Amino acid sequence: MDIDLTLIWAILIATAVFLYVIMDGFDLGVGILFPAIREKADRDVMVNTVAPVWDGNETWLILGGGGLFAVFPLAYATLLPALYIPLTLMLLALVFRGVAFEMRFRTATPLSQTAWDGAFSAGSFVAAFCQGICLGALVQGVRVEGRAYAGGWWDWLSPFSLLTGLALVAGYGLLGSCWLIWKTEGELQLRAYRLAEGFGVATFAAIAIVSLAMPFLSLAFRARWFAWPAMAFVAPVPILVGLLGWRLRNALDRREEVVPFLCGLGLFLLSYVGLGISLFPMIVPPSVTIWDAATHPSSQRFLLVGTVVLLPMILGYTAYVYWLFRGKVTAGAPGYH
Amino acid sequence: MPSLTLPSAVDLARTQFALTIVWHFLFPAFTIGLASFLAVLEGRWLATGRAVYLDTYRYWLKVFAVAFAMGVVSGLVMSYQFGTNWSVFADRTGPILGPLLGYEVLTAFFLEAGFLGVMLFGLERVGPRLHFLATCLVAFGTLTSAFWILSANSWMQTPTGHTMGADGRFAPADWWAIVFNPSFPYRFAHTVTGAYLTTAMIVGAVGAWHLLRDRTNPRARVMFSMAMWMAAIVAPAQLVIGDLHGGNTYEHQPAKVAAMEGHFETQSRAPAFLFGWPDAEAGETRGAFGIPGLASLYLTHDLDGTVKGLKDIPRATWPTNLPLVFWSFRVMVGLGMLMIALGLASLWLRWKGRLYDATWFQRFAVAMGPSGLIAVTAGWTVTETGRQPFTVYGLLRTADSVSPVAAPAVAASLAAFAVVYLAVFGAGIWYLLHLFNQTPQVHESGPPTGVPIRTAGITPAPALDTPHHGASRPAFQPAE
Repeated sequence: MDIDLTLIWAILIATAVFLYVIMDGFDLGVGILFPAIREKADRDVMVNTVAPVWDGNETWLILGGGGLFAVFPLAYATLLPALYIPLTLMLLALVFRGVAFEMRFRTATPLSQTAWDGAFSAGSFVAAFCQGICLGALVQGVRVEGRAYAGGWWDWLSPFSLLTGLALVAGYGLLGSCWLIWKTEGELQLRAYRLAEGFGVATFAAIAIVSLAMPFLSLAFRARWFAWPAMAFVAPVPILVGLLGWRLRNALDRREEVVPFLCGLGLFLLSYVGLGISLFPMIVPPSVTIWDAATHPSSQRFLLVGTVVLLPMILGYTAYVYWLFRGKVTAGAPGYH
Repeated sequence: MPSLTLPSAVDLARTQFALTIVWHFLFPAFTIGLASFLAVLEGRWLATGRAVYLDTYRYWLKVFAVAFAMGVVSGLVMSYQFGTNWSVFADRTGPILGPLLGYEVLTAFFLEAGFLGVMLFGLERVGPRLHFLATCLVAFGTLTSAFWILSANSWMQTPTGHTMGADGRFAPADWWAIVFNPSFPYRFAHTVTGAYLTTAMIVGAVGAWHLLRDRTNPRARVMFSMAMWMAAIVAPAQLVIGDLHGGNTYEHQPAKVAAMEGHFETQSRAPAFLFGWPDAEAGETRGAFGIPGLASLYLTHDLDGTVKGLKDIPRATWPTNLPLVFWSFRVMVGLGMLMIALGLASLWLRWKGRLYDATWFQRFAVAMGPSGLIAVTAGWTVTETGRQPFTVYGLLRTADSVSPVAAPAVAASLAAFAVVYLAVFGAGIWYLLHLFNQTPQVHESGPPTGVPIRTAGITPAPALDTPHHGASRPAFQPAE
């Protein structure tokens, strides 16, 4: 039997990227919400809801980058130069944010507190915005000639990529506020409900605009979504998005605590599946497929052997850590140093 | 009149890689050893029940949290550098190096990141034994990470187990030969030992700093004593490992060793220069002063052994910056000698029962605090600039590895990295120095974020920083 290792790897990498998006999504989202919540005690609680897990969440981004290098080196070698500026900005933003995580609890003066809180918040926003820009730039297409990126260093910048940048900020904001609904209580939770409503509306608007814009970007997208009979297979995606929106609205009105977060995850999953439908089997649209970009079969096998064993273990202990830190996070003893 | 030429994209990309990797490596060079030190401290606490070990553990755990966070975010940048600035390298070596880095993420990064949260915040949730397991897993993760990244780096130095296509792309032929390439065991041993010494120098300096203030502080005594044992045993061992590594390099990369030694002529009874300035144009090391025969002795283990010089190696494969290779090597070796002196002096003082009383020695230990960081940076400069002008030694040139990104883009991002790293990591390091200056206390508190993390309802045990008076104390005692 002939197994298509490239397809397996494409699914694995796509899964890793998706796990990154939802996991770091909610913790970047918590940072994005900082400007709306100004009291130090509340901000401490917000950061503490993600403090034990953010490091693991961000590791999925390293897996996304490292995995691309490992199994689709051509995609890695063409996408990263194409996305040079937004990726560099994203990394710098994550540097700010990662260090601010530790430092904002250890500041001595109100001024440095404000500075590190600002670094945390701005870092989260810029990282999310740049990730969205990268996504938009990927979708609109990357010029590849031979085995190299052939475009300029500002090609990524377009109204569409800016739009997807804002869309991802809205989406992460929604995930972050739904996470806080789940993990906090009292006044902070009430404010998280209101924030979730706002970011929810923004997210749905963004999904709608991006979905409407995509058919104008390429004929291939149009064929995927609007040609019969393909349309019958893809139609459930927008329908489910609508249903989830209705359910989210309901859950927020009824002050449910876990369902909003699940709805947020569902929205991301559907949007991601929608993207997959549009792009598959392109890994660097419009010209490079997963099979073009695939590494040597021996490299695919060598890494797959370990991944089959290690990935379930990683998922297992990641779940364990989340379970360990389950429950509501409350403002603890006021005295830390 | 010399004209002003702007640096090329490849020079800028090299500078950016050097800047980001040197900043990055400062943190793992410290945390690899610190994680193991923490595991030993917690193990000793569990074994003896003595609070001094737990207090010392908590003191260093706060340091570890900050240093590790800086290592993570600077390391994240590295995983994208290959693609942004070195895309041709990435495309050609991806089939070889990609899986090695993939394994690093899967076996090490997730383990570290997953259990770091338990290590920092989880003591009262999981109990001492599971918490000790988490500490050990984090320590194991740091070593596993070193294993894979050094395997990848070593393959770039001594590539084996591959074939090369007509398009210049590498393909794996034998994974065992790739992972355990000829220089890997030596480089792994040398680097991990260097990391342990780096930690020992910092921990020893902090211990000495506090002993100078109060020589009775038991926590300062514990960290100082353990660090000095490390220096006494590992620094001499490093001399042997370094010599073996040098011999391996001489076998596989003679041009690098010739640059390290400043040897242009092939000669028997080759001298080891203490000073000098290798001048590639003149073809000689100017102002050289050395010990005759010593280089022959340690490279060939024969005083009359013949040592190859640069002039018998094609000029196009010479390292591009000879003085940098030459002097970095001397900085590393010189500091290593001082570490050995420190370690041997500690043995003598310990024998005399004056380890905690000799203030001159403690001042010496304080001064040696940054020596490990400087030495590993110098050592990496030797091996990386000594690999030039290749990225994959002998097979892929640095100039042919670079991304098709315009020089202004590389320059702009280089400037951004330089400014941001200096500001963010500068603040982080300043804060670490502030932590080092704080006296290790009885009932040392854990990381400050450990306090508000408590979840309502399921934390019967006191918070990490609550002073453990009377009844609350047993919650943290290991089972008898």
